[in-house]
Amino acid sequence: MNGFFFPAGFFTRNETLVALVILGFSCIATVSDPNFLSITTVSDILRASIVLGILAVAAMLVLISGGIDVSFTAVAVSAMYITTTFTLAYWPEMPWPLIFLLSICIGGLLGAINGIFIAWLKLPTLIVTLGTLSVFRGFLLTFVGSQRISALPPDMRGFSRLMVARGTTEGGSFYALPLAFVALIFVILLTWFLLNHTVLGRTIYALGGSVESARRIGINVLRIQFFIYVYVGMLAGLAGIIHGSMSRMADPFSLVGHELSVIAAVVLGGARLVGGYGTLTGTLLGVALIVLVQNSLIVVGIPSTWQSVAIGLLILIGTGVPAWQAKKAAAEAA
Amino acid sequence: MALPDPGAFVSMMGVTKRYAGVTALDNVDFRVGAGEAICLAGENGSGKSTLLKILAGVEQPTEGVIQIDGLQKDQLNPRLSAAAGIMVIFQDFSLFPNLTVAENIAFACQLTQHQKWFHKRDARTLATVALERIGVDIPIDERVESLPVAHKQLVAIARALASEARLIIMDEPTTALTEREVRSLLRIIRMLKDDGVAVVFVSHKLAEVLEVSERVVVLRNGCKVAEGPAEEFDTTSLTRHMTGRDVPEHPPNRLIETPETLMQVRNLNKEGSFHDVSFDIRKGEVLGITGLLGSGRTSLAKALFGLVTPDKGQINLNGRPIPLGDPIAAASSQIGYVPEDRLTEGLFLTQSIIRNVAIGRLDHHDKHGFLDLPALVGDASKWSNRFKVKTPYIEAPVQSLSGGNQQRVVLARWLARAPLVLILNGPSVGVDVGSKSDIHDIIRSLASSGLGVVVISDDLPELISTCHRILVMRLGKIIDEVGAGTVTEEELAYKLAS
Amino acid sequence: MTSNRKTSTWRQAPEFRLAIIAVVVFAFMGMLSPERFLSEQNLTSMAFQFPEFAILALAITLVMMTGGIDLSVVGIANLSAVVAALILTEFAGPDLPMQASLLWFGFALGASLLIGAVAGLLNGALVAFLGLPPILATLGAGLVFTGLAIALTGGSAVMGFPEVVAVIGNTQVLGLPTPLLIFILLAMALHLLMTRTAFGIRISMFGTNPLAALYAAVDVKGMLLKVYMLSGLFASVAGMVIMSRANSAKADYGSSYLLLSVLIAVLGGVNPYGGYGRVIGVVFAVLSMQFLSSGLNMLQVSNFARELIWGALLLFVMTTNTTFWNTFRLPLARHKK
Repeated sequence: MNGFFFPAGFFTRNETLVALVILGFSCIATVSDPNFLSITTVSDILRASIVLGILAVAAMLVLISGGIDVSFTAVAVSAMYITTTFTLAYWPEMPWPLIFLLSICIGGLLGAINGIFIAWLKLPTLIVTLGTLSVFRGFLLTFVGSQRISALPPDMRGFSRLMVARGTTEGGSFYALPLAFVALIFVILLTWFLLNHTVLGRTIYALGGSVESARRIGINVLRIQFFIYVYVGMLAGLAGIIHGSMSRMADPFSLVGHELSVIAAVVLGGARLVGGYGTLTGTLLGVALIVLVQNSLIVVGIPSTWQSVAIGLLILIGTGVPAWQAKKAAAEAA
Repeated sequence: MALPDPGAFVSMMGVTKRYAGVTALDNVDFRVGAGEAICLAGENGSGKSTLLKILAGVEQPTEGVIQIDGLQKDQLNPRLSAAAGIMVIFQDFSLFPNLTVAENIAFACQLTQHQKWFHKRDARTLATVALERIGVDIPIDERVESLPVAHKQLVAIARALASEARLIIMDEPTTALTEREVRSLLRIIRMLKDDGVAVVFVSHKLAEVLEVSERVVVLRNGCKVAEGPAEEFDTTSLTRHMTGRDVPEHPPNRLIETPETLMQVRNLNKEGSFHDVSFDIRKGEVLGITGLLGSGRTSLAKALFGLVTPDKGQINLNGRPIPLGDPIAAASSQIGYVPEDRLTEGLFLTQSIIRNVAIGRLDHHDKHGFLDLPALVGDASKWSNRFKVKTPYIEAPVQSLSGGNQQRVVLARWLARAPLVLILNGPSVGVDVGSKSDIHDIIRSLASSGLGVVVISDDLPELISTCHRILVMRLGKIIDEVGAGTVTEEELAYKLAS
Repeated sequence: MTSNRKTSTWRQAPEFRLAIIAVVVFAFMGMLSPERFLSEQNLTSMAFQFPEFAILALAITLVMMTGGIDLSVVGIANLSAVVAALILTEFAGPDLPMQASLLWFGFALGASLLIGAVAGLLNGALVAFLGLPPILATLGAGLVFTGLAIALTGGSAVMGFPEVVAVIGNTQVLGLPTPLLIFILLAMALHLLMTRTAFGIRISMFGTNPLAALYAAVDVKGMLLKVYMLSGLFASVAGMVIMSRANSAKADYGSSYLLLSVLIAVLGGVNPYGGYGRVIGVVFAVLSMQFLSSGLNMLQVSNFARELIWGALLLFVMTTNTTFWNTFRLPLARHKK
């Protein structure tokens, strides 16, 4: 029955669990506040998911390959801030696609630095990215600047006003979905294609399964790892510049410090720290859940000061239940 | 240096490999013809793994020439070797546990053809064809991590075939397999040979070496010491070539008269692993437990030491029950367990020999919360000397030792605790022929000193030469009990497989 | 032969390099601005500054020896400080007589250490019994601890303590600043624990190969519980030092200390995969960091540049250390008879 309608293991998968929690949360929220289930809430949550979503896709890619990256927030904020100051200094009227491209390139460059340490020098990924987190941020704040810039290049501000959908509901509340959301969709589609329809993408999964095996069947591990960190850097650059435009301020102190909650979202979605496992569906559901908790905890009657506790508990339950099941299964199979 | 042989698929001439001053291979000539089956025999450390790593392109030779199809290859790497049709199946199979069978099989092929796009359908077709070619049926959408060992090996072979292998090198292919699976592997190797695929079979299980091969090459200390048609070798002469000396096997020592019962196992049961197992072990007795892989022998062995929790049953030691599923309680009741996989389960590779021995008896040296270090070091060196662990200095990390010496370290750790019952799971797996007979001597002398020893093994000559009694397991049940000296190897093999 | 070998390993040890780095940094800073860097005032102020994160680094060192990591140390430090602060402000305002406030201070200290131990036990239970990877267990639990501290305080600082609280953070005993003294005592205790006790040996054996430890009948679960509990305890001591020095407690104090203390542990030569690490290395790493950061401060270098230099130092030391670990991690060294 089960195997007929649903893929094997459907009910024990993290994706399903997270989806159920989101559903349950929404039900309770709707009961306690009927206004919750509205297009306004949905557009709020989608808007809040854009930056977190792109960063989560990046973090997921690294987890699949068997590594962990904590520097992507520093990459994002550096790419954003450097791009902004550069644009303001040399070409304030630069059209936004070029600004975005510049930020993505800077992100890729910083990612390449991670890649050098990880792929060539073969240092543990957590430690390298911990180091580069400090280095990138320290460099940014020391040599580029530590002032918040609210006078953004006009085209960046312009970008934040571009919408794919906007309107007013019958109840009179306003909703809007910015163009940046399309960027998230684009990143998802691109990464989906990469992971599932290219040999390179399958190689990333293979790397997470066993680096040694990969090396032995002739996979160029060095090149793949380098690619991963550059790609992740580019995604971070994109997320950074979107963050800057949407918050209408280039704040060099933003984003850094949120890397662990991004990773938490990815892990909630079923990616494993040992590598080799992780899906886009799971990651996006994880992001949705984290955003929901961050924005709407108050609706279900929990004061927002309990937000960290709630997210912490979600991580513990979301990763603890599968870990416990795996442990029990292993004991039975022995 | 030998002259190149025009008919050979691969010839290596005068190949030497040095690692930091150590010569692992010394001027070795090695030739493989198309469709030929060759056995490469040698003890651990004889250089056979180095030889295949060079063929696989994982290592570069220091000196010497390699020709493939008569063309000289200066620089091999894994990709070039694979493109030339040389596929190595390493002991761990080098598969990707998180990917499906189909993807694992298709992977090597996609890489050698420099494909960019991944088509799931093509991968499945490729996998189905490759699996059909060796005549096995494995669900191709299953993740490899959930397959049994024998299937993993078949997947590795199918992967090699899918990428048009012309030479498949198998490194110790039979260590993880049961007798019956070995049979079907040998069948597949013969089939490959008929298709013109050459097979190099690296092994130190002597009987297999002779059965499957046309030609035998023996390495010792990095040098080729013997080569010839398989018919010219027998077990004794191979052993002599591999070790450089004759190693006769003794029968077990005679059991002491009217021995007392030491350990009683009653109705031990674990769903899906073993059923209603009961037996006794007497003082001074060596009890063998054998069975095919999946017969429950390893689970049973672990259950005796509390590493697996049985659903029901009882274990008594000297009449007192031992808590089930608790290795710490088992150890403090003086049961010892020497695991099957030394490297992952037995040893702390980067730690010193001292610590590896002393870990068993730390509490003994605990004086008011602190360790009495001189006593601990003295004790540990005493035990490693007693077992003749060969090492220049005892602070050396245990990974610098050979397989046989490493096994002695694990034995020393447990025997320092003066156990009453010692459980040895695969005591001589991955140990060279010389050390193997030393370990058998140790087992005999332990029994003579009054220990109860349980040997879990599928190495039939080992069981016959060390055990007083052998229990045969199948599908989780004990189906037969055989007394010492009443059975030949062939009869025992028959009992196992029937 | 043997002694030759030993000296060479000793010179190759990461701790030796670190000692040199610490001395070089000290000498360099001393030369650049001798009258200020070497002044008694600067030396004392350094000795007051580093113990709080150095103690956190000790906590992480202990956990890292098992191949785990404790990302909840700062959360535990703040939660225990917040609880102690709430007890102090609730029952012992600044006006309470000395004796009574001393009593409440003792009670608050006890409560904070207890919270540290319980929080650590929770981490340990998640790792040992549920089988959660340490990164996730302590990340999740750390959020819970920080979250509880926020929920208890509403996110604002708790202040208004009796004077006696300042004793931990701002006085000197036998000419040594009290925080430094606490750090020295804890470092020595940890060193003894790791090298001279059965527990310590088991920790590094487990870190080398957890499965082999289980098969060698080491009480793995009990050991992990104790390790994480001790880490929590150390974290709550750090929390007390921070509270006393700041004369207040807040849920988000020292948020930069987490990465800093991981950085120090790794810099100190502790193998993040477990099995190798020495307290002395961590001490040298702490000293190098502190010399560097005070020195840079004297030279009017911004705080941010310090972060840059720390990160660079970590990458540099890792690049050299990894070659050391690799000699230990190489697949079975070839044995030749």
